[in-house]
Amino acid sequence: MSLAHDAPVTVGRATKTQRPARTWPEINNPAAWAVAAILLIMPLIASSFFLIEIFATTLILGTMALSLMFLAGYGGMVSLMQLTIAGFSAYMVAVFGVSGNANISLGWPWWLAVPMALALATAFGTLGGALAVRTEGIYTIMITLAIGAAFYYFTNQNWAIFNGHTGINNVATPRFWGVNWRADIPFYYVVLAVAALCYFAVEYVSRAPFGLALQGVRDNPRRMAALGFNVNAHRVAAYAFASFVAALAGVLQVWNYRQISPGSVSVGACIDVLIIAVVGGITRPIGPYIGALIFVLLRTFALDFLVRLGLDGNRFRLLIGLGFLAIVFWSSDGVIGLWQRWRQHQRREVGRASGGGRHG
Amino acid sequence: MDSVAQRLSAVGAGAALELRGVTRLFGALAALTDVTITVRPGERRAVLGSNGAGKTTLFNCITGDFPPSSGTIRFFGEDVTHFPPYERIRRGLRRTYQISALFPGLTVQDNVYLACRGVSRGRFSFLRPGQNDALMHAADNLVQAVHLSAVKDQRVAELAHGQQRQLEIALALAGAPRFVLFDEPAAGLSPTERAELIEILTSLPAHIGYIIIEHDMDVALRVVESVTMMHNGRIFKEGLPQEIQSDPEVQELYLGGGHE
Repeated sequence: MSLAHDAPVTVGRATKTQRPARTWPEINNPAAWAVAAILLIMPLIASSFFLIEIFATTLILGTMALSLMFLAGYGGMVSLMQLTIAGFSAYMVAVFGVSGNANISLGWPWWLAVPMALALATAFGTLGGALAVRTEGIYTIMITLAIGAAFYYFTNQNWAIFNGHTGINNVATPRFWGVNWRADIPFYYVVLAVAALCYFAVEYVSRAPFGLALQGVRDNPRRMAALGFNVNAHRVAAYAFASFVAALAGVLQVWNYRQISPGSVSVGACIDVLIIAVVGGITRPIGPYIGALIFVLLRTFALDFLVRLGLDGNRFRLLIGLGFLAIVFWSSDGVIGLWQRWRQHQRREVGRASGGGRHG
Repeated sequence: MDSVAQRLSAVGAGAALELRGVTRLFGALAALTDVTITVRPGERRAVLGSNGAGKTTLFNCITGDFPPSSGTIRFFGEDVTHFPPYERIRRGLRRTYQISALFPGLTVQDNVYLACRGVSRGRFSFLRPGQNDALMHAADNLVQAVHLSAVKDQRVAELAHGQQRQLEIALALAGAPRFVLFDEPAAGLSPTERAELIEILTSLPAHIGYIIIEHDMDVALRVVESVTMMHNGRIFKEGLPQEIQSDPEVQELYLGGGHE
């Protein structure tokens, strides 16, 4: 019954072969293969400090920022509560699983506590999203920041479940098949696997009907409704998906530090996630990981660097702030944007050189 | 009483679109006042009127972009007055916008694919469409029908104005439309593009009715069989194109008197 069958200019199946295959764009990219190979053999080249403190931490923070990138880049919704969802998930792992606070933790095995934490954190994020989608722009930022701030103060003051400002310590990490999965090398691979899964899931979904429709909602919500889409339902579903990604990162976070306290879910930390995503670039899923690497490197080494310059080492945030300002000032699309512009420039130079040679 | 209500609903059942006493207020301003229109299935009608006559507000009420302040709207007999826009669209209503309302960050193909997906199942699907995806074929065919195959992998932000207007129409023709509202589809088009537009409109399957808002009488009167004239938010006159064109009151009001 579609118009196309009656349309005068239909040529039928001829178009089939012209369509570019909607497969993985990365498969043809040698740089992506190189990065994947380096990440896989990282334990051979990196010390355990670099492996965990730099790369695993980068991948965990990057995955949290990835959940924001999905909402902001594809959905046009800047949510400042992604870290809060991760933190909630981390708390739930500690509460349902085994920890040093036996009066709080229920002592479930990790394979029960983790799904429970993921489910609850996803539900939490979806509910927050259902509130946030009633607003747009700056109000979305405000309402999600309010949720983040409320959770931070709640964890500070609630002793029955969240153990107040001390938080929950000595959280047990999984051991099975004779492997201690929190030992540096196994843990690195667990983190790498989860981060890769999230990265590819976001990349894949962005070209699936759900992700395309989300980008349609970002570009023109009114038209999406006029095409038959329930815009708010789509937005809430996007929050649910992003919450699940953030919740996965939260589980890794609590296993990484073996403890969770209100300091990890502070308002400042919520904003760090935004900075990471914006610095890296929010138009593509790789951006948050690049941003996270820059953030972690600065956080770890800026102190020494500043001390060497004769400045107070505690001012490392000043460096992060200046870097943030510089990147946002010169590229609205973070480091990816800078990179893409540089590549285009190079190509133009090459084109000019070869073109000139031919004509001259 | 019962029989009157039954007879009224029976009248509505035969119409594609039936508006009864539709009024739309913006604060104290009445953009539409007591508009009653009945359009048969397959009927093609022009809505004429000067700026501010309420034409686009009429469309917004029909699609639910703005709900009417009072009155009822029936679509193929079903009372859709309080339906959200997407529910009306899923029932076969379509519209285009006076100012192109597209997805500039996506390609032409993806724009049309979204339109096809919006009126079918799997809107939330997490699976990418495969090589033999039926909706992808439907999108290909629609892109071809509006002469955009050459630019289908370009982002919409890079298209020329005329191409965006054509895409605007393609989005409204996805799936199985039963009735389409065209809001000034010829705005800003070149003479060649107007000819293409007329060809697209006249070659629509006969069961698809539409209402078209169009200032260009050459376009409007070649593609419709009836005309509704609006003025200050009210229906001013209804009739055949020739009647409206030769009506002295209409000429005075809209055509500026000296139109030949």
